[in-house]
Amino acid sequence: MVDAVLFEFLHTEMVAELWAHEADPDPGPGEQKMNLLVLESMGFRVGQALGERLPRETLALREELDVLKFLCKDLWVAVFQKQMDSLRTNHQGTYVLQDSSFPLLVRMASGLQYVEEAPKFLAFTCGLLRGTLSTLGIKSLVTASVAALPACRFQVVVQRS
Amino acid sequence: MVHTSLDVVDEKISAMGKALVDQRELYLGLLYPTEDYKVYGYVTNSKVKFVMVVDSSNPALRDNEIRSMFRKLHNSYTDVMCNPFYNPGDRIQSRAFDSMVTSMMIQVC
Repeated sequence: MVDAVLFEFLHTEMVAELWAHEADPDPGPGEQKMNLLVLESMGFRVGQALGERLPRETLALREELDVLKFLCKDLWVAVFQKQMDSLRTNHQGTYVLQDSSFPLLVRMASGLQYVEEAPKFLAFTCGLLRGTLSTLGIKSLVTASVAALPACRFQVVVQRS
Repeated sequence: MVHTSLDVVDEKISAMGKALVDQRELYLGLLYPTEDYKVYGYVTNSKVKFVMVVDSSNPALRDNEIRSMFRKLHNSYTDVMCNPFYNPGDRIQSRAFDSMVTSMMIQVC
């Protein structure tokens, strides 16, 4: 089995590389959004492939809640070697997934330092969640928020047409 | 004929939604026998449906052979999905996938 730290290093470099590209003196908020979008779409494609590969041996996932539980347990364990700490829902299509010690943030700080920098480290993971959900048949919008490192929350809003 | 079998697949999926969840429900089994052909179905968790049409004149195709063929199909499809050059929703152009399918069909005939 490959060491998890390799993915952490790769992810850190990805964020650094995409961020370094806005070398213009006046990046503006549009440029930054572009980089977040690139990261998120990378996560989306990876999530699509994982959504095909991971549930292979599991039983058919019947309900939306089953799919979310699958994300919190199996997907998180496969990618981050731990389970999501809590899953809450309002049963109307909104789910809040909380991780009190997110592996990609845990090395950075513990507390309020770097809270502004945290979103770019969460973009890939938001895309990952969205991609896996889309392969499993659920169209959604995933956002992340950080109150204090390394705890973070992912909010999944299911788009019903 | 494949389209009517797709309707049967959808019927089975919606019927199973009300039944117990603790069985291996990915493999749907013999959908319905017609005069010349038998049709088998398999659904993945990502709602991708595999339909296999088999000539009825071949008597020796056992259930577990069909299951193993579907499993191989599912594995190859997963590999195609993981290919970064493949965009989900496109027609599959992978040569590895095609050769796996042909070798499987040759084995049976």
